[in-house]
Amino acid sequence: MAEITLLNAINKTLDQQMEKDENVIVYGEDTGYEGGVFRVTAGLQKKYGKERVFDAPIAEGAIIGSAIGMAANGLRPVPEIQFSGFMFPGYNQIVTHLARMRNRSRGKYPMPVTIRMPYGGGVNALEHHSESLETLFAHIPGLKLVIPSTPYDAKGLLTAAIQDNDPVIYFEPKRIYRAFKQEVPDEEYTVPIGKAKVVEEGSDVTVVAWGAMMKDTLKAAKRLEEEGFSVEVIDLRTISPMDSDTVIESVKKTGRFVVVHEAVKTLGIGSELISRVNEGAFFHLEAQPTRVTGYDINIPLPKGEHHQTVSEDKIYKKLKEVATFK
Amino acid sequence: MLFDDYNPLEKKQLQILDKDGKIVNKDLEPNIDDDTLIKMYKIMRLSRMSDEKALLYQRQGRMLTFAPAMGQEAAQVGPMAASVEKDWLVQAFRETAALLYKGVTVEQNYLYWYGNERGSRYDEGVNALPVNVPIGSQFSHAAGIAYAARYKKTGAAAIAFIGDGGTSHGEFHEGVNFAGTNDLPVVFIIQNNHYAISTPRAAQTRSETLAQKAIAYGIPGIQVDGNDPLAMFVATEEALKRARDGKGPTLIEAVTYRMGPHTTSDDPTLYRSDEEVEEWAGKDPIKRFNKYLANKKLWNKDKDEALTKEYKDYIKKTFKKVEASERPSVDEVFDYTYESLTPELKRQKEQRIKEIEESEAE
Repeated sequence: MAEITLLNAINKTLDQQMEKDENVIVYGEDTGYEGGVFRVTAGLQKKYGKERVFDAPIAEGAIIGSAIGMAANGLRPVPEIQFSGFMFPGYNQIVTHLARMRNRSRGKYPMPVTIRMPYGGGVNALEHHSESLETLFAHIPGLKLVIPSTPYDAKGLLTAAIQDNDPVIYFEPKRIYRAFKQEVPDEEYTVPIGKAKVVEEGSDVTVVAWGAMMKDTLKAAKRLEEEGFSVEVIDLRTISPMDSDTVIESVKKTGRFVVVHEAVKTLGIGSELISRVNEGAFFHLEAQPTRVTGYDINIPLPKGEHHQTVSEDKIYKKLKEVATFK
Repeated sequence: MLFDDYNPLEKKQLQILDKDGKIVNKDLEPNIDDDTLIKMYKIMRLSRMSDEKALLYQRQGRMLTFAPAMGQEAAQVGPMAASVEKDWLVQAFRETAALLYKGVTVEQNYLYWYGNERGSRYDEGVNALPVNVPIGSQFSHAAGIAYAARYKKTGAAAIAFIGDGGTSHGEFHEGVNFAGTNDLPVVFIIQNNHYAISTPRAAQTRSETLAQKAIAYGIPGIQVDGNDPLAMFVATEEALKRARDGKGPTLIEAVTYRMGPHTTSDDPTLYRSDEEVEEWAGKDPIKRFNKYLANKKLWNKDKDEALTKEYKDYIKKTFKKVEASERPSVDEVFDYTYESLTPELKRQKEQRIKEIEESEAE
C-alpha cells in the first residue's frame, strides 16, 4: 500500500497488467521512449521493450485501426490517444469497426481493446486539449466508457478495462492527474465496470458527477451539509453502460436530483440521466431534476475558460436551489 | 529482385500470361503444382458464377444489394494461392474470389449479402475479417494483425485488399505508413479496377501509377496485370517472402477491370463506353487461365462443361437454402453487442420480445 497520485496509479496498473499478461501491448504518440506527454507510460518501454511499448506514427486512425487488428489476432492492446480532442481521426475506427466487430462477426472477433485518453479542461491548454466528449462514446452501442475520479478507482477501473473482452474507452481526468494522493493497494483488484458508487450517503438531494468534477461536487455538498442539508453524492464512474439503477434508487429516497458535468449541456450525459430518473423515479420527485453543465460553446482558450468552468460555487448554488425547492 | 526489375516509375507492368493465354515471360512462370492450378481455376469460376447468379437473383428481387467481383478473380485468387492457411485475409467488400479461396463458403457469402450477419461469421480457422464497408479503413487492421503475428512469432502474414478509390483515403496512408515504420508482414493489394463507382481512376490521383505510392513509404511497389493469375501469384509470393523475412510490407497494384456494376444499385452504362467494356472482356482472366490450363493438358472442354453444371446446381441449391434461412433472432441482434447484456440492454431486449409476443397475439 502506498500513497500515490491518479497518474501514478495508472502507470502502476499498466505495469502490473503488462507483467501479468504478455498480450497487453501499450503504444501511442510519444508513449514509448518519452513515456507520454504526461509521463503516464514512463518506464514501461525500458522494462518491457520496444515490441510491447512503442511510439506510433502520429495517426490516430492507424493507432486505433491497428489495435483492432491486434485484438482480432489475439492481443489485448492498450493504445493511448494523446488528448481526447485529437481522437477524431481515430473516431471512424472506433465507431465503424471497434464497437461493431464482435457483432459483425457474430462473436468471432471480440475486441478487448482499452483506449486511454486524457479529457477535460482546467489546465490552461491549447485549443482541442480541453474537451469533455463523453457523449460521443456513450452514444455508440458496443463501447464502454469509464472515468475514474480517484487513484483507487483509476487502478481498479483500468484493471477491469484491460481484462474486459469488450472495447473500453478510459477517460483520464488530466486536471487531477497529480492533484492529490490516495492509498492504493499494491495487489491487483478491479472496480467493476457499470457500477456507480455512493460516495456520501444523504437523504435530501442526490447529486451525480464523475471524473474531475467529483472533487468540486464533494466540496459543494460539504458546504450544503454544513448548512444542515443531507446530500447523497454518487460517482457515476462508468458512463456506459450507465448504472442508472443506483441513481434511481437514490432519487426515490431523496426526491431531488442534480447531475454535474463539465461537458456542454445539450445532449450531455445529464440529458440521459435525467430521462432515466424521470422514467424510474417520477412519482418520487419533489423538484424538477436538473443539471449543472458547461454552456453550449466551444471551450474557450485559457483566458476565457473561466466562463465555461463548472465551479464548486455553481454546483453549490444549484444543489441549494433544488434542495430547498417547495 | 523482382521489385527492382519492375520499378513502377519506369512504367513497367508485370505480366506472365497474356490475354490470349500465352506465356510471355517464361523466366518468371511460377512452378505451381497441378492441384493448386486447378483449384485456382475452379475458385475463379465459382466466384464468377456465384456473382452472375446473384446478380440475376437481385434483378428478380430475391437478392439484396451486393458488390460483384466479376473480372477481378485473378487479382484475388493469385495472391490467395501464394499464401498459406495461417495467413490473414483482410478484405474490402468485393472479394468473392479471395473469400472462397480462403475457405468462406458461397452460402456464407450469400447469406451476408442477403442481409444476415450470420454470414459474416466465418468458420474457426478461416483467418479472414468480415466485409469492410467504410472505404480504406481496413488497411490498418491488416497492420495490427501483422503486428500481433510477428509478436507471437506465428510466421503468418496479412494480405489486405483495397480499390483504386480507396487509395485517396487518409486511412490508406495511415495503414501503409504504420506497417512501413514497423516493418510489418503485410501485403497490400490495390485492385485498380479503374472506377470508384462512377469516378474514374484519373480523378483519384495525379500519380501515374498507384504502385508508385509505395516509394513514398520506403517500401517496394509493383504494378501487375491484375487479370493475370500467374503474375499476381508471383508478385504476392515474393512480397510474402519479404514479409516473412522481416523485411516489411509491399504494395501491389493489380490493374484489372470491374466487369459488372459497382453494386447492384449502380448503372455502369452511364459512365463507361461499350468499346471499353468490350476491350476488357477480351482480357478476361478466366478465359486466359482456361487456355493456359488447356495448353498444359490440365483442363478440357468436357471438364469445363461438367464443372459448369456442377456449380450451377450447387449455386441454385445454396441460394434456395439461403432464401429459406431464418431471419436473425432477437438473441442474435442483441446478444453480440457486448460479451454479456448490460442491464439496460436486458430491459430493451425484454421489451422487444414483448412487442413480438403482442403483435403475434393480435
